[in-house]
Amino acid sequence: MSLIVTQGLTKTYGTQVTALHDLTVAVEPGIIGLVGANGAGKSTFIKIMLGLIAPTGGQVRVFDIDPTVDPDRVRAKVGYMPEHDALPPDVSAAEFVTHLGRISGLPRTAARERASEALRHVGLYEERYRQIGGYSTGMKQRVKLAQALVHDPDLLLLDEPTNGLDPAGRDAMLALIQRIGNEFGISVVVCSHLLGEVERICDSLVAIEGGRLLRADRISAMTEASEVLAVEVSEGTDELAAALEALELPVTRDGRLLLVPLTQEATYDHVLRVVADLDLPLHRLDQRRHRVAELFATRETADA
Amino acid sequence: MPESSVIHDIGYQRYTGPRLGRGAVFGAIYVHGLRAAYGFGRSAKAKIFPWLVFGIVALVAVILAAVRAQLGTLPLNYIQFADAMSWLIIFFVAIVAPELVSRDLRSGVLPLYFSRPLRAADYIGAKVAAMVTAVWILLAGPQFIIFLGGAFTTKTGMSGVWNEIEDLLPAWGYSLIWALLFTGIGLLIASLTGKRAFAAGGIVAVFLMTTPVFGVLSILPSSTAQDLAGLASPMTLVSGVGQWLISGANTGMRIGEFGPVYAIEVVTLIATCLLLLLARYRRVASL
Repeated sequence: MSLIVTQGLTKTYGTQVTALHDLTVAVEPGIIGLVGANGAGKSTFIKIMLGLIAPTGGQVRVFDIDPTVDPDRVRAKVGYMPEHDALPPDVSAAEFVTHLGRISGLPRTAARERASEALRHVGLYEERYRQIGGYSTGMKQRVKLAQALVHDPDLLLLDEPTNGLDPAGRDAMLALIQRIGNEFGISVVVCSHLLGEVERICDSLVAIEGGRLLRADRISAMTEASEVLAVEVSEGTDELAAALEALELPVTRDGRLLLVPLTQEATYDHVLRVVADLDLPLHRLDQRRHRVAELFATRETADA
Repeated sequence: MPESSVIHDIGYQRYTGPRLGRGAVFGAIYVHGLRAAYGFGRSAKAKIFPWLVFGIVALVAVILAAVRAQLGTLPLNYIQFADAMSWLIIFFVAIVAPELVSRDLRSGVLPLYFSRPLRAADYIGAKVAAMVTAVWILLAGPQFIIFLGGAFTTKTGMSGVWNEIEDLLPAWGYSLIWALLFTGIGLLIASLTGKRAFAAGGIVAVFLMTTPVFGVLSILPSSTAQDLAGLASPMTLVSGVGQWLISGANTGMRIGEFGPVYAIEVVTLIATCLLLLLARYRRVASL
């Protein structure tokens, strides 16, 4: 069964702003990256999945439940970590997470036990009786994650979980998310505008841009081998290019690399023979892999 | 990750126990709110003001009970007692309402509430119930002290105690009207801002501003205007309803034949405040 299924999901605010446009996607359980620039519609998508806002058009089902009709059943199975500050400064993490456990419907003692457990899993066991106001940004992010875990959801929706963290904090948070997804048996949707970090931990990726689906697929499918051979030699790149063109192989240059379309089995041998004949120092010869970043090629150059 | 993360090896355990419904969640927010109103589960600083106010009101009640034990007459009856405490109630409301709603607005926890199986009506309903209870306890508790004083010193035995009960019960109902109206107004104002100081100031200001309006109307030459003057201010409005409903209330309010008008305004005002609160939180709940 698919975890999240949408069909032509559209959300417009007024007549001007289109947050989501005709989004059709089916997501399998696992760690899912939801990537897109700020304002691409990620948060809107999450709020629709939680039944907090109603879509203008189309359908959405989470665990095969329609959140617009039965939000309580969806929310009982989902833990949500918002992007922004969401913690009162003057209570302890243990107290706060316990309280939210009770709001999720856990009985008093169960809420207290699960709050301790959740805080232990995010690495805040020792500090849990201290007031949240004295926590670092990284610790606050962990409290937000713990409150999303306290009622043992089947799905976590994490909105920009690495926001405001230093590189070490980022790595720790990503490792934690990966652990939750792989060892706890909880599916995770990680929203991020940073493709690089999501790519590292996700099984599949949903890329949206301007409210439209760019691509949704497993990471392995996105990075699979392409039909291009990359050749690099230390010197004599020009000679090699000329020699390959003489064999009627369409060569393109990419910096120090020569790219040759892999149209037939023999292409490998042709290239090798030419290199050997010219007696050039071969640096590498491999089949090029697609990079996930190619999805956003245009946008990332614009951002840089 | 801090060192504590190395003791992670007790694996994650799924929760298989019961999950309670919306009623239990309502109860959890209600109890949490009621405790917060009196500063339980909060820092010592948060306890100072509510308990200071409660202490003063209780002290007045003890003094009244003592005076009656000595002199045999009560300087203020139960209803007059509630009226005399009106400014303390306003201070209490100005402290508690921001504690219950502004705090959540400011810290941004509402998305965490509303991403759980909980509706806007559950959240704000539980907060209203908690605050009504807190304000009611502030009045009903000391009223009970006066009752105890009277019941233990009565010279007419059980019938004396029964007379006291007959005075106390309507007074508790009267205190509930106080609690409902002041909670409605207080929470509505506090729900508009995340800044506690603004919320507290706003609440005091609203009550403060209506008092002179009543003052001006009550000295107009027209007797009808004087009878209706109490409608202008929440405090005199409640007194007017008490005057109309409870015989021997002796609130000193002039309401003439307009008792029902006072009652209708109280009900409308409470209902309006609660509906506006609900509308406000419907909006907030969609984040």
